[in-house]
Amino acid sequence: MNRMEKTFARLKREGRAGLVGYLTAGDPDLETSRADCRTALKNGVDILELGVPFSDPTADGPVIQAASQRALAGGMTLRKAIGLAGDLRLEFPETPIILFGYANPFYRHGFEELARDAAAAGVDGFLVVDIPWEESADLRRALKAEGLCLIPLIAPTTSVERAKKILKGAAGFVYYILVRGVTGGQSQAADEARDHLAALQAVTKLPVAAGFGIREGRQAAEYAQMASAVVVGSALVEAARGGRLAEKVSELHSALTGGN
Amino acid sequence: MKTEPDRMGYFDEFGGRFVAETLMPALLRLDTAYASARRDPAFQAEFRNLLRDYVGRPSPLYFAKRLTEAYGGAKIYLKREDLNHTGAHKINNTLGQALLARRMGLKRLMAETGAGQHGVATATVAALFGMECSVYMGEEDMVRQAPNVRRMELLGAQLCPVSSGTRTLKDAMSEALRAWVAAVDTTFYVIGTVAGPHPYPLMVREFQSVIGRELVRQSRAQIGRLPDLVIACIGGGSNAAGVFAPLARHKSVRLMGVEAGGFGISTGKHAASIGGGQVGILHGSRSFVLQDAEGQIHNAHSISAGLDYPGVGPEHAAWARSGRVEYVSITDDEALQAFDDLTRLEGIIPALESSHALAEARKQAVLLGRDAILVVNVSGRGDKDLDTVLAIRKEQGRGV
Repeated sequence: MNRMEKTFARLKREGRAGLVGYLTAGDPDLETSRADCRTALKNGVDILELGVPFSDPTADGPVIQAASQRALAGGMTLRKAIGLAGDLRLEFPETPIILFGYANPFYRHGFEELARDAAAAGVDGFLVVDIPWEESADLRRALKAEGLCLIPLIAPTTSVERAKKILKGAAGFVYYILVRGVTGGQSQAADEARDHLAALQAVTKLPVAAGFGIREGRQAAEYAQMASAVVVGSALVEAARGGRLAEKVSELHSALTGGN
Repeated sequence: MKTEPDRMGYFDEFGGRFVAETLMPALLRLDTAYASARRDPAFQAEFRNLLRDYVGRPSPLYFAKRLTEAYGGAKIYLKREDLNHTGAHKINNTLGQALLARRMGLKRLMAETGAGQHGVATATVAALFGMECSVYMGEEDMVRQAPNVRRMELLGAQLCPVSSGTRTLKDAMSEALRAWVAAVDTTFYVIGTVAGPHPYPLMVREFQSVIGRELVRQSRAQIGRLPDLVIACIGGGSNAAGVFAPLARHKSVRLMGVEAGGFGISTGKHAASIGGGQVGILHGSRSFVLQDAEGQIHNAHSISAGLDYPGVGPEHAAWARSGRVEYVSITDDEALQAFDDLTRLEGIIPALESSHALAEARKQAVLLGRDAILVVNVSGRGDKDLDTVLAIRKEQGRGV
């Protein structure tokens, strides 16, 4: 079993949903960002989604846009983000680390080299918001050769037929986008999400993580009923910059563990 | 010369659909809807009739006698897209897309705009068809192109100022993509150029191809043959694609695309994606992009808001790679000189975008010689640029 499978097996044993936490690498600088990631991992993040900043983040709301700008201004690069993942890997040997980002920096680096560098650093997978299934063959091939996965994204607009096509041969987990909108937006009505998530779970054996728009412990607990994990991004970025990251992660974690 | 992209929307290695999953189902629907409209004679007839009666097409092919004499070489003809309703070629495309939106049952339009010409053209067709319209525009461009902001407001469009990044066209397009994700079930995104995800580059080219088809007909009727050289300016590249596509198979005709050289390519402050960029992925397609070694997008610079964009349509990238179209660049200063020339010699005030093509015509006219026929696509009129030009005059201490 790889790290991702082990993590979801453990969560299943513990009878709870996992917490996928997003932070932008290098926000606002490498040292602070490394410290934030450690804080998140020590206080209950089960899977780390490390954002590789991009100049034109078209799927992100204002909070993560601003984080990306700060990170780029602070000199963050893809190589440094991979380096940061490598540092964290040494300290947290069991925690899955996913790199989240946009096509162009990855494309510019070269998909094969990207896969090699990321695998060497101990990264487990990638999530690329602007490479939909139709465009993903080259990247999937490169990642698979190094034992890494490309996390598939499913949106509220994705039909079940299309989801089946996307999830055929997928690995890691499935990321279900809760909003018709950008990160940090208002999540859809829980009823609609419940129906979509149930339909999705009927067509895949992979764990499903639900995200975009989850900010509070109460919401996390609600979506945890419907998914194997919940993803929190903008709220963690805000908490980190406001010096409340440990409290925020603890709040979310205890919401998922029923306060234990 | 292959003119259709493949099923995935690639012109050779350029194009594709690099967007969020949320948008993919809408793009697939659009692909199907456009393919069916394209084959439908009733749709095409309605489009043609509106181009004639509403836009005022065909736009004239005009022999610029005094400009020809002044430049001292090839006979210069102007394809007068500046005479279209709303003052530029942009209306050809927005009419086509609005008809398609109506066919798809969508009643809300949204658009990004740089110079404001596409925003005005979208707001115009929204009024014509009784649709709602939101336009995303960078705050910097709202200052540069204030008259167009007022026109859009008068037409009933909702202006959405974009304050992120460089506050120009690139950021307006990013913000429009974000807004589209949130409204994709109800809203038709009217992209203004031959960039973006498939099928936009194909669809916009086809709606603009009326320019090139008219040019072929008019050259044969008025001159008795096709031109030797056709020049058009390139931001995203929609006026150029529209004029080049029908001419691409006529091997005797040289085609030249003029990018915005800003302060000069060597200064790094320009908007020449083909001349000074590398292959990358931006706003939905793979093409030439201004970027650094890390794949971060560079800010473009041009005096012309409509060319101030760090990418270019994928079909232009393919034409550049195959050599069918030659791509060059013209600096801000050269464009301003050509702006003056056309204004004073012909009484035609061209858009600063089109002035880039005119500036290249000045260079090429002499090289070609007096027997040659040179056509410049005057993509738009310059009324919107008066503030910019007058401000520069003032800075340089020149009178009006």
